[in-house]
Amino acid sequence: MGRYIIKRLLQGIPLLFFISIILFVLMMNMGDPVATMGGRRVTRASDYERLRRQLGLDKPIYTQYLYWLIGNDWTKTDVDGDGVAETPGTRRGVLRGDFGVSLVSRKPVLQVIGERLPNTLILMLASEFVIIVGSLLVGVYSALRQYSALDHIITALSFIGYSMPIFFIALLSMYIFGVLFKRWGLPYLPTVGMFDPQAGKTTAQVLWHMVLPVLSISIISFAAYSRYIRSTMLEVLGQDYIRTARAKGLPRREVVYVHALKNASLPIVTVVGLDLPLLLGGAVVTERIFAWPGMGRLFLDHVSRSDLPVVMGILMMIATAVVVFQILTDIVYAWLDPRIRYEK
Amino acid sequence: MTMLLQTIDLKTRFHIPEGTVYAVNGVSFHISEGETLAVVGESGCGKSVTMMSILRLLPAPPAEIVSGQALWGNRDLLRLSENEMEQIRGREIAMVFQDPMTSLNPVLTIGRQLTESLRVHLGMGPAEAAQRAVELLEQVGIPDAAHRLGDYPHQYSGGMRQRVMIAMALCCHPSLLIADEPTTALDVTIQAQIVELIKKLRDQLHMAIIWISHDLGVVAGLANRVMVMYAGFVVEEALVDDLYEDPRHPYTLALLAALPRVDRRRDRRLKSIPGAPPNLLVEPRGCPFAPRCEFAMERCRFEIPPLQPVQGTHAVACWVDVTTGGPR
Repeated sequence: MGRYIIKRLLQGIPLLFFISIILFVLMMNMGDPVATMGGRRVTRASDYERLRRQLGLDKPIYTQYLYWLIGNDWTKTDVDGDGVAETPGTRRGVLRGDFGVSLVSRKPVLQVIGERLPNTLILMLASEFVIIVGSLLVGVYSALRQYSALDHIITALSFIGYSMPIFFIALLSMYIFGVLFKRWGLPYLPTVGMFDPQAGKTTAQVLWHMVLPVLSISIISFAAYSRYIRSTMLEVLGQDYIRTARAKGLPRREVVYVHALKNASLPIVTVVGLDLPLLLGGAVVTERIFAWPGMGRLFLDHVSRSDLPVVMGILMMIATAVVVFQILTDIVYAWLDPRIRYEK
Repeated sequence: MTMLLQTIDLKTRFHIPEGTVYAVNGVSFHISEGETLAVVGESGCGKSVTMMSILRLLPAPPAEIVSGQALWGNRDLLRLSENEMEQIRGREIAMVFQDPMTSLNPVLTIGRQLTESLRVHLGMGPAEAAQRAVELLEQVGIPDAAHRLGDYPHQYSGGMRQRVMIAMALCCHPSLLIADEPTTALDVTIQAQIVELIKKLRDQLHMAIIWISHDLGVVAGLANRVMVMYAGFVVEEALVDDLYEDPRHPYTLALLAALPRVDRRRDRRLKSIPGAPPNLLVEPRGCPFAPRCEFAMERCRFEIPPLQPVQGTHAVACWVDVTTGGPR
């Protein structure tokens, strides 16, 4: 098992290289960060050349990639435009933990991401918790009570939830729980930001402000997961070993939650393992609608201004997380299902 | 001998999209302490469904037990609550299933699956249960049992898995073991070993066995009494020797004729029963075997023959006396 994990990690390295090259080339061709750098107006032609030179954007793409990857502190660059490379570079490169400086805010990329990542993590982990716990409860319940009235209602609601676009869910929940509740004199939920500026950033405030974004993010996945769990549970409950467990006289909850759920969790783990790393990217739409200062909004703000260092930083972080979570999924899989062994 | 289980007029149906399956149609039988009763009949004749109805292991819906009683001591199993049933299953009545490859949970260790009943029914702690599990595995002939508790089912062969199933069934010393074709999925040498093992354990533990099979050869060497089923009906019931020497139902006759025998000429073809079992989606109105029966009379098609004693404990459900060929 240990050898397998090391092998998988080593396999991940060339994969990440490959991903980084593709992303880099795509980003370089997406837009011109210098075009509107100074503000609303188009950058003057004389400044344009100077800025490109100072930011290293005048170099060929492979040189830029090399500098991004391993830095440029080992060489000298021409910054003042006299054709002589005399200024020593200061970048240390991604491989040495330097993701560069944001072209927009001039802050280090890691600092920019570091400010936003916790906000996204609390939002997304809370949502994932709601999704998994909720869909397990609902999915198992509807599997055990197949074709009951409540099962039919859950099925109908799931399809409604699954077929609504997330921005609609977000706006609808804002309208109901924010606008209408306020109008009816009920306690209403906040719809913007992480906390009320007058109250300050307290835990209670953040939790209160999280309710609607979490609701919006959860509904679609919750509907999909609970359907999925229902069908896997139904399949497992029809197996011979479940009949054996019942014939032994085990209490029902032990049959369902040990014998059935452990088998049913295998396909569920695969789906969750694929979804979890994407949480780091944040919920672009939801964060935007609720003005939640997270990764999704950060990504959108910076990609629209072609801020290559920040965008590359976010994308590489997600790519790495996907690779790592795939390996974690395999480990959990082997732990759950003894028939799977990763020997080679 | 004390009566252990008495089933009276059991009727089980399945409600499926295509209609209603009349799976068990008024089955009555009994079994006494320490007795071995064999239930024979071709696939789909309701042998397993009868037993699973009694243990209430059928998923409802689609299954529905329409009527009947299953008296266990002074209690009717069909009217007990699910909680009370859990107390009986595995502890007083245990069951071994047909396919050992799918009947064990693939993601739990053999040890865990063996100790569950001990824990639930006998309230043993983990250490005590593990020790008992080792003894049980040794009893059913698993070598190096102590080191194999942590193994998973896929690490066991088919024969060994069936031994584990038997150990699991016997761990609480049930008074009745229902063995649902426990040898069907195994190859012939292993089959013989399993039959021998069950015989040995039956004598040691003095338990009653209901042995479901379609192999009349195995039954002859094992059972005291035989019950022949067809299309959800009991068609004949007799002591094992009576049944083989003096079969009274046309279906039993045909079954025995289809059996290969060493004392018969080898160049003669084995007899088969023409036709197919009846469609169980149609409510039975006459004798279910009538369409395939060479003795069938007009009456057979419209009236269901009741199971009536012909001689001592020998009972048969037929309008015809096969010894004469005329009506009874």
